[in-house]
Amino acid sequence: MKCRSCRGPAVIDLPRHNANFCTEHFFELCRRQVMKAIDDHEMFRADDRILVAVSGGKDSLAVWDLLVELGYQADGYYIALGIGEYSDESRAITEHFASERGLSLRVESLRDDHGFDVPTAAKVTGRVPCSACGLSKRHLFDRAAREGGYDVVVTGHNLDDEAAVLFGNALRWDVEYLARQTPVLEAGDGFPKKAKPLVRLSERETAAWCILRGIDYVIEECPMAAGNRHLQYKELLNALEERSPGSKAAFYAGFLDRMIPLLVDGRRRDDLHRCFRCDSPTGGESDVCAFCRLVERTKGHDAVPVELLLKKKARTRASRRGD
Amino acid sequence: MIVVLRHPRREIHVDGTRRVHALLAELELSREAHLVIRNGTLVPGDALLEADDTIEIRPVVSGG
Repeated sequence: MKCRSCRGPAVIDLPRHNANFCTEHFFELCRRQVMKAIDDHEMFRADDRILVAVSGGKDSLAVWDLLVELGYQADGYYIALGIGEYSDESRAITEHFASERGLSLRVESLRDDHGFDVPTAAKVTGRVPCSACGLSKRHLFDRAAREGGYDVVVTGHNLDDEAAVLFGNALRWDVEYLARQTPVLEAGDGFPKKAKPLVRLSERETAAWCILRGIDYVIEECPMAAGNRHLQYKELLNALEERSPGSKAAFYAGFLDRMIPLLVDGRRRDDLHRCFRCDSPTGGESDVCAFCRLVERTKGHDAVPVELLLKKKARTRASRRGD
Repeated sequence: MIVVLRHPRREIHVDGTRRVHALLAELELSREAHLVIRNGTLVPGDALLEADDTIEIRPVVSGG
């Protein structure tokens, strides 16, 4: 296979572009796609202060690397979730990435700073671990951006993430979620602006970016996420993509072009007030936000080892299969 | 060739030569969900993998 641009040896084939690329021209493609996403959706300006939510995975490290390479002022923010060895490894990798490049990284620990971790929260609330994880991340990202005076929070959501979420929201016709599924959420009501510069890159492309740039990232999947619905949607969409390259991009781009304009006008604004404890904006009838309620519920609870939850998950799966 | 697989990490041996796409098909792995690294270098779908190569098949899907 030859590079479409220079006819040199290709390192990657991208069926959705009907093209192959050498390392240099693949990098050029990635930079171009990210710049186009930033410009098209007015994500941020050249002098904005950006806070990148980093997990140690390929997407968040790729977006941080790309933004710094493109000349943006981007600091990292990492949350230690307490998911056993997986969290230990992801923290070490993130800290190494930042120190190697002289980048600013703030680390916050659920266990040390807030008294709980994801496995414990899952056990105490009886909900799936991804629920406490998502809630904590959203709350702490917002708070870190406010406290640090950042103009925008950037996440590493890629095209596959967005297509899978869109697929799930459309299956349920969840209009409220669909209306919010834009590459940029403007600041308002005490929430910071949020942007997803990787929405034009697939996760095969973000992984290739990291491999070719020599970026060490967490390869193993979060043990809590294995088999979740999001992964099932991705599997279905990838089966479709293999038969019909470009399907995922067309699905998501068509949604942004033709559906979002119909949905945003009807977007409901929640009745928000300030959390009595942490002063974050929050909806609903409670005086305190969902994160502070989670902190309260898990207070004093013995730490739950991640292995315990994994055993329970394995037992549930086995009983569903009828083993 | 030695083939390193992930989730969980393990090694298998495959005899003879293969094109990248053929190896993925043989192992019933999605081309869209994996990258193939030969002796530490990323290779495209038509690359020929030799018997003495060490191959890593890197899954790219994350559950986020």
